[in-house]
Amino acid sequence: MANTPLTPGIAPSRLSAEDLARNFGDLHPPLDGHEAAVAADRCYFCYDAPCIAACPTEIDIPLFIRQIQADQPAAAAKTIFDQNILGGMCARVCPTETLCEEACVREAAEGEPVQIGRLQRYATDTMMAAGEHPFTRAAATGKRVAVVGAGPAGLACAHRLAMRGHDVVIYEAKPKPGGLNEYGIASYKTVEGFAQREVDWLLQIGGIEIRYEQALGRDVTLDALRDGHDAVFLGIGLPGAYGLDDAGHDGVRPAVEFIAELRQADDLSALAVGRRVVVVGGGMTAIDAAVQSKGLGADEVTVVYRRGKGRMPASAWEQDLAASRGVRFIHNAQPVATHGNGTVREIEFAYTEEDGPNLRPTGETFRLAADQVLLAIGQWLDEAPEGLERDGTTLSTQGAGRTSLDGVWAGGDCTHRGEDLTVTAVAQGRDAAEDIHATLMGEG
Amino acid sequence: MADLSTDFVGIKSPNPFWLASAPPTDKEYNVRRAFEAGWGGVVWKTLGLDPHVVNVNGPRYGVIHGADRRVLGLNNIELITDRPLETNLREIKTIKRDFPDRAMIVSLMVPCEEWAWKEILPKVEETGADAIELNFGCPHGMSERGMGSAVGQVPDYIEMVTRWCKQNTRMPVLVKLTPNITDIRYPARAAHRGGADAVSLINTISSITSVNLDTFSPEPSIDGKGSHGGYCGPAVKPIALNMVAEIARDPETRGLPISGIGGITTWRDAAEFMALGSGSVQVCTAAMTYGFGIIKELTAGLSRWMDEQGHERLSDVVGRAVPNVTDWQYLNLNYVTKAQIDQDLCIKCGRCYAACEDTSHQAIAIKEGRVFEVIDAECVACNLCVDVCPVEDCITMRVLEPGELDERTGRKVAAEYANWTTHPNNPSSQAAE
Ligand SMILES: Cc1cc2nc3c(=O)[nH]c(=O)nc-3n(C[C@H](O)[C@H](O)[C@H](O)COP(=O)(O)OP(=O)(O)OC[C@H]3O[C@@H](n4cnc5c(N)ncnc54)[C@H](O)[C@@H]3O)c2cc1C
Ligand SMILES: Cc1cc2nc3c(=O)[nH]c(=O)nc-3n(C[C@H](O)[C@H](O)[C@H](O)COP(=O)(O)O)c2cc1C
Ligand code: SF4
Repeated sequence: MANTPLTPGIAPSRLSAEDLARNFGDLHPPLDGHEAAVAADRCYFCYDAPCIAACPTEIDIPLFIRQIQADQPAAAAKTIFDQNILGGMCARVCPTETLCEEACVREAAEGEPVQIGRLQRYATDTMMAAGEHPFTRAAATGKRVAVVGAGPAGLACAHRLAMRGHDVVIYEAKPKPGGLNEYGIASYKTVEGFAQREVDWLLQIGGIEIRYEQALGRDVTLDALRDGHDAVFLGIGLPGAYGLDDAGHDGVRPAVEFIAELRQADDLSALAVGRRVVVVGGGMTAIDAAVQSKGLGADEVTVVYRRGKGRMPASAWEQDLAASRGVRFIHNAQPVATHGNGTVREIEFAYTEEDGPNLRPTGETFRLAADQVLLAIGQWLDEAPEGLERDGTTLSTQGAGRTSLDGVWAGGDCTHRGEDLTVTAVAQGRDAAEDIHATLMGEG
Repeated sequence: MADLSTDFVGIKSPNPFWLASAPPTDKEYNVRRAFEAGWGGVVWKTLGLDPHVVNVNGPRYGVIHGADRRVLGLNNIELITDRPLETNLREIKTIKRDFPDRAMIVSLMVPCEEWAWKEILPKVEETGADAIELNFGCPHGMSERGMGSAVGQVPDYIEMVTRWCKQNTRMPVLVKLTPNITDIRYPARAAHRGGADAVSLINTISSITSVNLDTFSPEPSIDGKGSHGGYCGPAVKPIALNMVAEIARDPETRGLPISGIGGITTWRDAAEFMALGSGSVQVCTAAMTYGFGIIKELTAGLSRWMDEQGHERLSDVVGRAVPNVTDWQYLNLNYVTKAQIDQDLCIKCGRCYAACEDTSHQAIAIKEGRVFEVIDAECVACNLCVDVCPVEDCITMRVLEPGELDERTGRKVAAEYANWTTHPNNPSSQAAE
C-alpha cells in the first residue's frame, strides 16, 4: 500500500484491500428467511394501504408482504414484478424513506416503518436466485418497436412490450445495458454485478434484441427508427452534466463521470482520489460522490450545497449516511471560482441567503483547500433528438409519455415528469409500453 | 408482601407454582434444579408398572410458532416415564427428603384393575410423597392401551379408580382430567363422587400440529408417518380456563379444589386461573420453552400484583371471578356500548374499517384524509374493531348511560337489567306469559 489518506494530490491505493471491501460492501445486507418473517410480521395489511400510493410503480405492498408471511417469497416476487420489472434494483436503490416507508402507518406511529425495501429485496432475490422468470410472451403481434436507451425506463418499456407480443429492438449508446443502474448508482447499493444480472434475468422474457454502441443522433436517426418500426420509445436519460463557468483547472470534473469510472473499475485500489475532495451539489449524485470518495480513502470530503439543509434533494437518510461516513456538509454556499496553478488547489464559495426560491450572495466568500472538485449540480439533455419539443432541458410529453411526434413516446429522466428516480423511470417506461400497445392494437 | 404460601388439600408449598407432570419433572436431576430455582412443587412424571414403556426414537414434539419463532403451541407424542419404577421411586424419596417444604405429587397411570393400584400405591406412599395425581389425561400412546384418556373419557371408570385409590392410600388424590371430551363437568363429577380430593386440568388436547406438504406426513414425523399428539402451551389457555370455570361453578362440584393447568406462561395467566378457582397452578410448556428461571417472574409478578390490589393471601384471590361466570341467557341486554376511535391515537391503518365493512356491520366510515369514524346508528358493539386495531386503547367501548339514545335501535337505554329469559323474542319467555 503505497499511499495513505494523507498523501497529497490525487492518488490511488490510499486504503488497504480490506478497508475498500468494507467501504464498498452491501449497504443493506439481505435479510435471511427468519429476519424476513419477523420484518414481514410487522405489516398491518392496511386497508387501501398508503404505501401503495407512495410507490411510483404502485406495487401491492401489503399483498407481497403477506405472501412472505405465508412463506412464499417467490409469490411475493411475482406480485412485485407484475408492477415493477426492476423490483430487484428498486429494492436496493429506492429512497424508501421518502416513498413507501415514509407512508407506512408504522412510521407515523413509531417512527419505525415496516422494512418494505429490504423485504422487497428478499422476495425478488429469492426468485431471481432460483432463475425463475415469471412472465411469458403473448402471441406475436407482428409489430416492431424501437426503444432507445437500455436504462430503467427503456428496459421496463421493452419488457412490457415483449410481454404483450411485440418485437423490441433496443438501441443503446454504451457497450453495456442498465443505464445509470450500471454507470451511476452508488456501488454499495448494487454490489456483485447486480445490474447486469438483472438485465440478463429481464431479457429471459425473449423478443428483445439489444444493439450496443448505437447512439441515436450518431449512429441512427429518429427518422430511420420511425420508418423501420411501428413505434419508438426514448429512454435516453440525461447524458449531459452541468459544469462551472470557471472550471479550467485540472482536478475539476463532473461527479457522474467520476462515479461511472468507479462503477466500471475492476480494481478499486487503482482508482485515484483526492486527499481533499470538495463535492458541489445537494442531490443523490453529490452524496454518492462524497461517500465513495471517502470510501476510496480521501482524507477530507466536503459537500457544499447552495441552499439550506432542509432543501437538499438528497433525503435526510442519505445525508445521515454521508455524515456517518465522515463527510462534512456546508450549506448556503455557491461556487464562485477555482484557484490553482494548472491543477486545482482551492475552490472559492460565496455564502448565500434564501429569499423564497431566489438565492442571493451575502457578499461574504471563503475558500476550501481542494485537490479534487466533483460537480454534482445537475444533468441535462444536451441535445434533443431532432424535431422533439422540449420543456426547458427535458422532453415534453403528454399522457403516458407521448412526445410531440406521432408514434414517439418518451419516459424516465429525459422527460420533465416525476422525480429523477429509478422507480419513476420504470413506471413511465411501463406505462408508455401499455399506451404503445393500446395504440398499435387500435385501442388507444 | 403478599403471602404466596399454599395449602392445597393439605399439600403445602411455598408458592402455588408446581411443575406439571412432564419432562421437567421426570428425574432427580431436573427436579433438584427446579427446586433450587424456587418452584413450589412438582408433579412427578407419570409412573407406570414395569416393564416400563418406551418412547419413539425420532422427534416427539411438534410446534406452532409465531413470526419470531415464539412458541405458541406445543404438541407431543411422549408417553409416561420410560425409566424403571424403582429408579423413579428412589429419586422421589431422595428429593422429598432434601426438600421437605416443597410439594411432591406423584402422577400415576396403571391398568384399570384394582390389583395394579394396590400394588403401586404403597410403594409411592413409602417415598414420603405428599399426594398422588391420577393421569386420566394423556391422549396418545397410553389411551390405546386402555389407560390415560381412554379412562378419562369414561366417567364411570374415573369414579371407580378414584375410589380404589382413596380406599388404598392415605395420600390425597388428585384426578387429572382430559380435555378431550365434550363436557368437562361429567368427568369432574365422577371424580368427585369417587372421593377425589381435587381435580387438576387440563391435560393435553388431541392434535396434529401441521402436515409436511413435501412428504405429506403429519408433524412430528417418524419415518414419514405421524400420530396425533397432545397439544399444550399458550394456545390452549382459553380452553383450559373455560374448563376450570365450568367445574368451579357447577353446583355438583362447586368447592372441589382445582389445580389449574394449561398454557400458563406468566404470572398473569396464573392469576387468571386462580381467579377462576384454581388453588394451585401447574406449568409445563413455559418451563420447557424458557427453562426453570421463569419461576422468578411468576412468583415476583403474582406477589406484586397482589400487593397492588391489596390481596394478602391466595385465598383472597382464588375463585374471585367464579361468580361472574354465567350463562349467556343471563347477560344484561340493556348494557349498550358503542365503539369509539381516538383520533389522536389512530395511525390510519384502516384495519377497523376493513373488518367492520367486510365482516361486521358497516359501522365505520372512512372520511377524507383516512379519518375513520364509528357510525353509532350501525354499531352493534361487537368489539371486532377493538380486537383488530393494532394500537392499544385507540378504539374503546363507551358504555351508554341509562336514558341515552341508542341510535341503532332508536330506543333509550333502560336502566334496569334485562336478559334473554324475559325477552319478547324468546319463545319460552312468551310461552310463560
Ligand atoms: C450518481 C447517481 C446516483 C443515483 N442514485 C439513485 C438512487 O440511489 N436511487 C434512485 O432511485 N435513483 C438514483 N439516481 C437516479 C436514477 O439513476 C435515474 O433516475 C434513472 O436511472 C433514470 O433512468 P432512465 O432510464 O431514464 O435513464 P438512464 O438510467 O440514464 O438510462 C439512459 C440510457 O440511455 C442511453 N442513452 C443516452 N443517450 C442515448 C442515445 N443518444 N442513444 C442511445 N442510447 C442513449 C444511456 O447510455 C443509458 O443507458 C441516481 C442518479 C445518479 C446520476
Ligand atoms: C412432553 C410432554 C409430556 C407430558 N407428559 C405427561 C405425563 O406423563 N403425565 C401427565 O399427566 N401429563 C403430561 N403432560 C401434560 C402436562 O402435564 C400438562 O398437563 C400440559 O402440558 C398442559 O400444560 P402446559 O400448557 O403448561 O404445557 C405432558 C406434556 C408434555 C408437553
Ligand atoms: S364494534 Fe363491531 S359493529 Fe361497532 S364499529 Fe366496531 S366492528 Fe363495527
